[in-house]
Amino acid sequence: MSPQISPFILFFASIFTSNILLSNFLGMCSFISISRDFKSSHGLGLAVVVVLTFTTMINWGLYHLVISPLGLHYLRYIFFIIVIAATVQVLEMVIDRISPSLYMALGIFLPLITVNCAILGVSLLMEIRNYTFLQSVVYGLGSGIGWWIAILCLAAIRKKIDNAPVPAGLKGPGITFITIGIMAMAFLGFSGMLPVQ
Amino acid sequence: MQKTGLMMTAKKNIWAENPVLIQVLGICSALAVTNTLLNTLIMTCGVVFVTGFSNLTISLLKNLIPRRVRMIVQTLIIAFYVILVDIFLRAFLPDISRSLGPYVGLIITNCIIMGRAEAFAQSNPPIISLWDGITSGAGYMYVLLLIAAVRELLGFGSLLGFRVMPEGFVTWTVMLTPPSAFFLIGIMIWIVKSISMRKGAGK
Repeated sequence: MSPQISPFILFFASIFTSNILLSNFLGMCSFISISRDFKSSHGLGLAVVVVLTFTTMINWGLYHLVISPLGLHYLRYIFFIIVIAATVQVLEMVIDRISPSLYMALGIFLPLITVNCAILGVSLLMEIRNYTFLQSVVYGLGSGIGWWIAILCLAAIRKKIDNAPVPAGLKGPGITFITIGIMAMAFLGFSGMLPVQ
Repeated sequence: MQKTGLMMTAKKNIWAENPVLIQVLGICSALAVTNTLLNTLIMTCGVVFVTGFSNLTISLLKNLIPRRVRMIVQTLIIAFYVILVDIFLRAFLPDISRSLGPYVGLIITNCIIMGRAEAFAQSNPPIISLWDGITSGAGYMYVLLLIAAVRELLGFGSLLGFRVMPEGFVTWTVMLTPPSAFFLIGIMIWIVKSISMRKGAGK
């Protein structure tokens, strides 16, 4: 059964209360390595929003039209990962054709996205929670935007931290994790306002 | 010679180049499962298995895989082993499989596995690749187990489901929430980095 949650609420819930990055810990690797630079963070965030929305849509169709009817449930990881890799590839070509300037900005980030856990994670969560098509699209879009906001915030904070007197051993990844922890707590503050999931 | 090579690889993967603490890889699927010790144990065993065997397979097939498509082939090999783990958990440990939810599938995108495949298995013989995979997995395992132990001890007052804290112990609610994992891993990185810096300074 699909959960009874209006797409509108789901959209905001996936951005704030159940932020894919801060409450589900997905997409951490590229999050930590890219957030060193504000401009790259922006580019990668935008690319994640686009890829996440498309792959969630395609994977929903694939799951409900092919995997489920044929009983190939155990092969779903392979299907999903192939869809993600293919979507990234197609998107790369399309963007290159339509807007070379956007390609210049996003180009280098697209291959990174294939191994971003957030993309596969959203597809798997969508399948586990049994979302309807509309819910899935909204969830994919919302999660992407949530990820984007989170990485922009962190990149901005890290810029400030560069000038702060941090203990030598804590510099770099250490202080980044603690910053993310505090950010996650701030985002958790929204959780009373919207029902999660 | 062979033996020292094995020891060196193990030491490097578990301490000097620990995948979680030094290289900051594989955090994605890692932190969400550290709320109880048992979940973490099962999850990390899965990761050790997948890292070891995907490294072995990739190392055996490295001359057959065309370079251009090697990323996708590696991903498919990893996905194959993850499916084995998933089916095994569903069959024998259904409760844990349910509580781990999507995180078993997310082993596929765990950067450690991809990283080891790309950096080690691609250019080394099979046996040492298998060993490298297992030790990298072990380096990941003990860090996660430590975090999980602290979280379960302070969050529930128990270890592996057994009560260890005295009766009047007030549980730390913060340890049950996601941010605590970030704080703990930040503190662990701090400790490890300080120790290795002191060692470096002493030389």
